[in-house]
Amino acid sequence: MKEPNLVITREDWSLHRKGEIDRQRHREKVREAIKKNLADIVSEESIIMHDGRKTVRVPIRSLHEYHFRFDHNRQKHAGQGDGSSKQGDIVFSEPRFGQGQGQGAGSEPGVDYYEADITVDELAEMIFEDLGLPNLERKKKPELASDALEFRDIRKKGISSNIDRQRTIMEAIKRNMLKGAGGTLAIMPEDLRFKTWEVTYKYESNAVVIAMMDTSGSMGPFEKYIARSFFFWMVRFLRTRYNNVQIVFLAHHTEAKETTEEEFFTKGASGGTRCSSVYKLALEVIEKRYDPGDYNIYAFHFSDGDNLSSDNKYCIRLINELLAVCNMVGYGEIEGPYYYTSTLRNAFKKIQNDKFTCVTVKDKGGVYPALKKFFSLSPAQMGKKFE
Amino acid sequence: MKVHEEKKQLEKALLLISAKARKFNLDFYDMFFEICPADIIYTFGAYSMPTRYSHWTFGKAYHKMKTQYDYNLGRIYEMVINSDPCYAFLLEGNTLIQNKLVMAHVLAHCDFFKNNVHFQKTSRQMVESMAVAAERFRDYEFKYGQAGVESFIDAAMAIQVHVEPEGLKRKRKAAGPGSGKPGYKKRSTTPYDDLWSIGKNVEAATEDCVGKRTFPRKPERDLMLFIAQYSKELEEWQRDIMSVIRQEMLYFWPQMETKIMNEGWASYWHLRIMREMELAEAEAVEFAKMHSEIIQTSRTRLNPYTLGLKIFEDIEKRWDQPTREEREKYGRPGGQGREKIFAVRATENDVSFLRNYLTKDLVEDMDLYLYKKTGYDWKITEKEWERIRDAIVNSLTNCGYPCIVVQDGDYNKRGELYLKHEYEDIELDVVYLEKTLPHVHTLWGRPVHLETVLDNKPVLFSYDGGKGARKILI
Repeated sequence: MKEPNLVITREDWSLHRKGEIDRQRHREKVREAIKKNLADIVSEESIIMHDGRKTVRVPIRSLHEYHFRFDHNRQKHAGQGDGSSKQGDIVFSEPRFGQGQGQGAGSEPGVDYYEADITVDELAEMIFEDLGLPNLERKKKPELASDALEFRDIRKKGISSNIDRQRTIMEAIKRNMLKGAGGTLAIMPEDLRFKTWEVTYKYESNAVVIAMMDTSGSMGPFEKYIARSFFFWMVRFLRTRYNNVQIVFLAHHTEAKETTEEEFFTKGASGGTRCSSVYKLALEVIEKRYDPGDYNIYAFHFSDGDNLSSDNKYCIRLINELLAVCNMVGYGEIEGPYYYTSTLRNAFKKIQNDKFTCVTVKDKGGVYPALKKFFSLSPAQMGKKFE
Repeated sequence: MKVHEEKKQLEKALLLISAKARKFNLDFYDMFFEICPADIIYTFGAYSMPTRYSHWTFGKAYHKMKTQYDYNLGRIYEMVINSDPCYAFLLEGNTLIQNKLVMAHVLAHCDFFKNNVHFQKTSRQMVESMAVAAERFRDYEFKYGQAGVESFIDAAMAIQVHVEPEGLKRKRKAAGPGSGKPGYKKRSTTPYDDLWSIGKNVEAATEDCVGKRTFPRKPERDLMLFIAQYSKELEEWQRDIMSVIRQEMLYFWPQMETKIMNEGWASYWHLRIMREMELAEAEAVEFAKMHSEIIQTSRTRLNPYTLGLKIFEDIEKRWDQPTREEREKYGRPGGQGREKIFAVRATENDVSFLRNYLTKDLVEDMDLYLYKKTGYDWKITEKEWERIRDAIVNSLTNCGYPCIVVQDGDYNKRGELYLKHEYEDIELDVVYLEKTLPHVHTLWGRPVHLETVLDNKPVLFSYDGGKGARKILI
């Protein structure tokens, strides 16, 4: 046996980028997959109920590397105990999910069920990519020009509290390297770099969402969840267009009142439904607090449509009044698992106004189409948008 | 410079470790160690080879490994390539003792690659071959578009494990046409010679009674080869991609089918080599900690390092100090431990290794068990050693993948592809199956079918390019 040759080397690997490039491609594919699944993701609970974290986990189905494989759940697997294992011991238990887990994929341990981390903003961007804001009217005095200071320039002179440390050190290194001197770093005055601001002009615009919901006995947790998903994205969307978006929660059964967000989505009341009450309250709120001259107003009402039929006529009149002051008015009807005889939706058919939209949502998957319908630009408006 | 010094130290250690390894009779190729940063090692880990072609699935694997590293959840200790000379990678920033362990471990891996019979047919120039193929794939991307090449690779990778490793192929050929050679009969001198003609007779008989030629003549296990050869839809570049992916799978296959042995062998030797090194107290503690991390056991899966190590140690003990029964019954004189484990590392793979050497004592000693899903709980269902051994052996057969053969390449006389799962009491994952068939369709270009068994009934899944279907065969 000849003596084997032994070599240790250390190359410069800084240009080896293959892993990063393919990782980037993978990430692109994740985004494509998310886009395809938006209808499901829009009403994903972990996002709507997220606790202010920046990133959310989105389950994705299409990034599996499909191949022929055994059904993991039917296989026997081998494990190793600490010396005292016996028949019948539980090795581990799966979390008990509600419905919707089905399909078998992903529930098994150690098998890749891809969950992408993505920021809520990125997600919002994808959702809103092809949504527009219809009926953008120029408000009489909407643009409060405000000057904002933004640091976006680097200069050699400046205030010492604005020193850009990283750039300064880079300069020092550069200068030393040019001289061929490594080692200790002395920072000379010519190395100093300062961040400097520029004055920019920003136009402030305000929007308010009047969120209205029927909280009569027939609106269960599911119906509220649908409404919640819808309002969640609506506010997010408006924030991409307006600097300042406020939201007012109005709940009603036969009478309406303003509530906190918490109450709005959780508290249930019982009794009948009189939708006119909430429209009336909305008009009062607008009159008192949100001058249509200053605010872009978006009013949206969720109900199961089970309104007192004697009230419908009055509702139509109030909706028309709302239309006069709002950018948009929407009505969403949630069809629960039972059969409802909707009277309100039929009544609203009479309203002929571009600014009024009626949508129906049957299940979680319906939230995304509803958003799209509400915020879609008509061809004429599309033309205007690009003018 | 510090970096330079580190390299010097490593070189010194490597000389020492290599000398010890050779004293133990380990036989390895020339060794090239490269020191690189973590993300480079993780890249290589994800691609299994530094020069492999580019694909998003590797990016996904890389992302996963890197994230775990960044969160300090997992570390690759070793990365070694079956090639001559043998390339291995050391993680920059590892402590000296960590790298010593890796070097000792890697030398034993290389000994295994060089001497285990299952690796004898693997190409030792795969680093270069893969680089050349990757270059061609890049050209294809320029010529035929990135999306098209990528989705074709997706499809080919979906069935990449369905190849026929060389060893099996050789055996089958020997039993086939070779048996008709003149002079063959002359060798017939034992009472069992009639066994040789069994295959031949059956073959002749089936051809007679069926009276029609099937295509392929016998069920074909190498889906990759069959499709690359006979698909009417593929362009030359697509056949090339399939053939490259197949070659790479054939190269990796021996590593997949000797994982337990290979890791056991490497762990066995890094222990012995490191024990002979003079370690400072702090180093000895760090080494012990690392080793225990490596052999940490899990309730939900077998650790190949631990299992392999235990079996090798057990074989050595049983051949060094045989029991009286073993002395008398098998004529085992004792003192042959080392010799025996070297012979085992040369001839076995995981399936035969476990079947032959996973004993009752070991199973009970290691407290192995089988567990199964019942409701939401995964419960231990088996503690009887033979059943445990057999189940593990079964799960390693065909590297844990289902056996799928081409039954008919001209099904319905319409050039459709009829695949058959050779069912052995474990059902396929139906969701995955239904999503894989479209990939097969991409490759074959005509409707594809797969027969398998669900709830003890034969079921045929089909995909015609538009929609899938399933029907029960009676």
